[in-house]
Amino acid sequence: MNDQVPQFAGPVIDWFSVSPLLVLLFGALLLLLVGSLTPQWRRGWYGLVSALTASVAIVLSIFLWRDVSSSGPKLLVGGALALDHFAVLASIAICSAVLLVSLVTSDYLAGEKSDMPEIYALYLTAAIGGIVMVAANDLIVLFLGLETLSLSLYLLAASNRKRAESQEAGLKYFILGGFASAFFLYGVALTYGATGTTRLVDINLALNSYITVPRNDTLLLIGVGLMLVGFGFKVSLVPFQAWTPDVYQGSPTPVTALMASAGKVAALVALVRVFVTAFPSRADDWGPAVFVLAALTLVVGSVVAVVQTDVKRMLAYSSISHAGFILVGLEASSHRSSPDVGDGLTAIAVYVVLYAALVVGTFSVVSVVAQNSNNGAASLDAFKGVGKNNPVFALAMTVLLLAQAGVPLTSGFVAKFGVIQAAIGVGSYELAVIAMVCAVIAAFVYLRIMVSMWLSDAASSTSVKVPLFSTIAIAIAVSVTLVIGVLPSLLLDLTSNLTQLASK
Amino acid sequence: MIASSAEVLNFPILTLLVVLPVIGSIVVALLGGSRPEWMKLAALVSSVTTAALSLWLLSAFKSGEASFQFVSQHLWISQWGISWHLGVDGISLFLIVLTGILFPLVIIGIDPHHNETSYFAWMLLLQAGVMGSFLSLDLFLFFVMFEIVLVPMYFLIGGWGYDQRVYAATKFFLYTMAGSAFMLVGIIATVALAHRDLGVVTFDLVKIAEGANFSTNAARWLFLSFAIAFAVKVPLFPFHTWLPDAHTQAPTGGSVILAGVLLKMGTYGFLRFGVYLFPQAAMWARPAIFTLAVIGIIYGAIAATMQRDLKRLVAYSSVAHLGFIVLGTFALSSQAVTGAVMQMVNHGVSTGALFLLVGMIYERRHTREISELRGIQHVAPIFAGVFTVVMLSSVGLPGLNGFVGEFLILIGSFGPARWWTVVATVGVILAALYLLWAYQRVFHGEPDEANSTFKEITIREGLLMSVFVAIIVVSGIYPKPILDRIEPSVAALIEHVEGQTK
Repeated sequence: MNDQVPQFAGPVIDWFSVSPLLVLLFGALLLLLVGSLTPQWRRGWYGLVSALTASVAIVLSIFLWRDVSSSGPKLLVGGALALDHFAVLASIAICSAVLLVSLVTSDYLAGEKSDMPEIYALYLTAAIGGIVMVAANDLIVLFLGLETLSLSLYLLAASNRKRAESQEAGLKYFILGGFASAFFLYGVALTYGATGTTRLVDINLALNSYITVPRNDTLLLIGVGLMLVGFGFKVSLVPFQAWTPDVYQGSPTPVTALMASAGKVAALVALVRVFVTAFPSRADDWGPAVFVLAALTLVVGSVVAVVQTDVKRMLAYSSISHAGFILVGLEASSHRSSPDVGDGLTAIAVYVVLYAALVVGTFSVVSVVAQNSNNGAASLDAFKGVGKNNPVFALAMTVLLLAQAGVPLTSGFVAKFGVIQAAIGVGSYELAVIAMVCAVIAAFVYLRIMVSMWLSDAASSTSVKVPLFSTIAIAIAVSVTLVIGVLPSLLLDLTSNLTQLASK
Repeated sequence: MIASSAEVLNFPILTLLVVLPVIGSIVVALLGGSRPEWMKLAALVSSVTTAALSLWLLSAFKSGEASFQFVSQHLWISQWGISWHLGVDGISLFLIVLTGILFPLVIIGIDPHHNETSYFAWMLLLQAGVMGSFLSLDLFLFFVMFEIVLVPMYFLIGGWGYDQRVYAATKFFLYTMAGSAFMLVGIIATVALAHRDLGVVTFDLVKIAEGANFSTNAARWLFLSFAIAFAVKVPLFPFHTWLPDAHTQAPTGGSVILAGVLLKMGTYGFLRFGVYLFPQAAMWARPAIFTLAVIGIIYGAIAATMQRDLKRLVAYSSVAHLGFIVLGTFALSSQAVTGAVMQMVNHGVSTGALFLLVGMIYERRHTREISELRGIQHVAPIFAGVFTVVMLSSVGLPGLNGFVGEFLILIGSFGPARWWTVVATVGVILAALYLLWAYQRVFHGEPDEANSTFKEITIREGLLMSVFVAIIVVSGIYPKPILDRIEPSVAALIEHVEGQTK
């Protein structure tokens, strides 16, 4: 009867809602195309373009934040992406990390006597991948974001062609990251088999409506488990952390900063969204697994950090232990019977935002110190005497380290406090105690760096030179650390209705 | 309820007591590079003003009142029910005055020898933290202050201490931080559980203590989590091992502050938070705490007797003295607790003074080995005289301040903790033993060549010590004004405990 061919109807796209992605894409293409067609730009201009692009994306994200505040969370592009406060906040954190890292990279490349647009273009594509991940409402879309981010990071890790360690780091990261992606994808496939959909919201609906009919929970749980393994690699949870110290140490320091901040934020937020949105009905199954992973990650991360001698390796392990803290928040979200269950989500959002600023600042300092050292390595010896030669710079690092240790009046304490509060609110006392004890063990690591800076005699009396852009980046990170540390209300106000994730 | 609320609105003196040293510290840090002489003046002005404020607080404090005075409360982190809530009562009053007076004396009296700017900046920051700890009536605020104190103290020990300073500073930091890690979990759990009784999330100490009704089991766990933090800070045996290292390696100024006020944060915390929040659990834990306190008294005394290093001897004597304070605190009789509060101040004055004197000996002889010192009495009789007074105060000689507190503690503890008190009394005799024996070895006899040039006390040192001696003598002979201010608050606390444990 109806001879009309059914037309393919593409999804309605609210272009403004995805504008941060478009801006980043435009910036990346601009750098690649124009950068390769024109002669070498003046030193620092590539970095500035990258930083500018990230800033525009931040501004657009702030507008999106206000949209969400006024008209509520919603799904975009036919339910592929979610637009809610959780996603926008994480996007802002990722773009801010790219902004600061671009500034630091500009100085880093100047020190390495080279300047190239590819690195910055890869930063921007990494940010695209990250934003897609934090907003993904579909496991396939999430995988696309994950690969975009990961591929950019593999290349970035190996981007210093003059140093063999950088090549090694890139290869290691690529091979292990490939494994992780495969695990994740297999998990997605099994989940699809069990539920018949890859949309997070629909998975939840499917799982809840299956209650009366027999369902294939084995398939589902294996799928969820494999996804957890995949995420575990990406955010370096113990026992999937083995690559982290090597890759963090070998990569150019600004790239390490990006991996530890944007890369980790994206993967953690995606992990949380998947488990909280798609599998709340199976929280009794994944909750204990997250508990064990959190405890292992906290303990191994902080204990092994103590015996390292290279600052980048120390910070790699400390970033592992930070991921453990965030899992404490996720574990709190798995206690669905408690009325305070939403605290876990808020605490995680606050943690990742503050952690991103903190870790970029710390690695920026490490980058500057390593470039000033004789062999370009960030050993503890390289930090000796920095306090005497450049006290303001050393004080900035001290603030960042104290924040990493979770000392009050810094952002690190606010972050840890929120997570511990969420855990105790749902009665996870054991995990709260383990986390706090590990924070003390990890504090020893930061004290060792401070001892090197302030209390050891300098090998040489040459003052550490801090280039302009790095100064700006470190100053921003330190300001965030102190301001939020003293006035946490500024950030907590924003997160008040963060638990409303987009569902339709 | 709060009679002085009108004054509060006009003049936030307690907030000023915390903020002024912070401002001083920042000014010192900024001036240090360009104008060293102004920097010193700024440190001096800041600390002396704080001292004046604390003395003014002492005079304006209404004697005979139990409640918190000069209360200042402002919302800080509304989402978490946290406010900037300060107040002073008889229990904290003299600790605040002690903190106010001790810092300027240390700043005026002791030269740091190098890196003066950062030394003074850290000192003032330390003062702010200590003040805040004693003034906080909000659990969160208290934790922040309690923890932030570690940072300046860490740098003071690590930056200006002796040979093993880095080891001692790190040990100090990690031990105390480990203790307070448990307290943080305890604080959050307290608030979470109190939430069910109060209907609101609040970190307000008074509201929780008066309104919450913890189950017996929960209260015990919560009390333990607080008790670990305070036991490390006091330090109670067997958590004391950081103390001899920290004291011996710290610069003289650091030792004076550490013994004078920092350790009191532990005993004060026991009283203000442990006992006040969880009276039943405190009663339950009493036998164990008495035992540890008495072990501390005897062990500290014996260990002090065996020391060859004069500073280490004073450090171990602190372990013993604080055992008495903890014993009195948990006896929970009006006399014993009043004595314990009084003894917190006394110990701060006398042990602080002892550390100053040991520091002066080290300045002159560059050794603290008791065997290297001999016959100092002959060459420096005034110095020896001052040392005698301070030492006798520490021993607890009647007529000096140490006696009043110790006597009240022992009398008040005899009822609730008879046999523990009997053993503790032996500690009094041991204190006389180790201090007099040390005195005998250092000051008596004929000075050998190295000691014969021992310089007599200078005018600056003399003026500094005269403040300590004056406090020791006056509060020993006429303690009534002090006790009058302490007692009402203590009585109210005991009443609260009895009401809850009935």
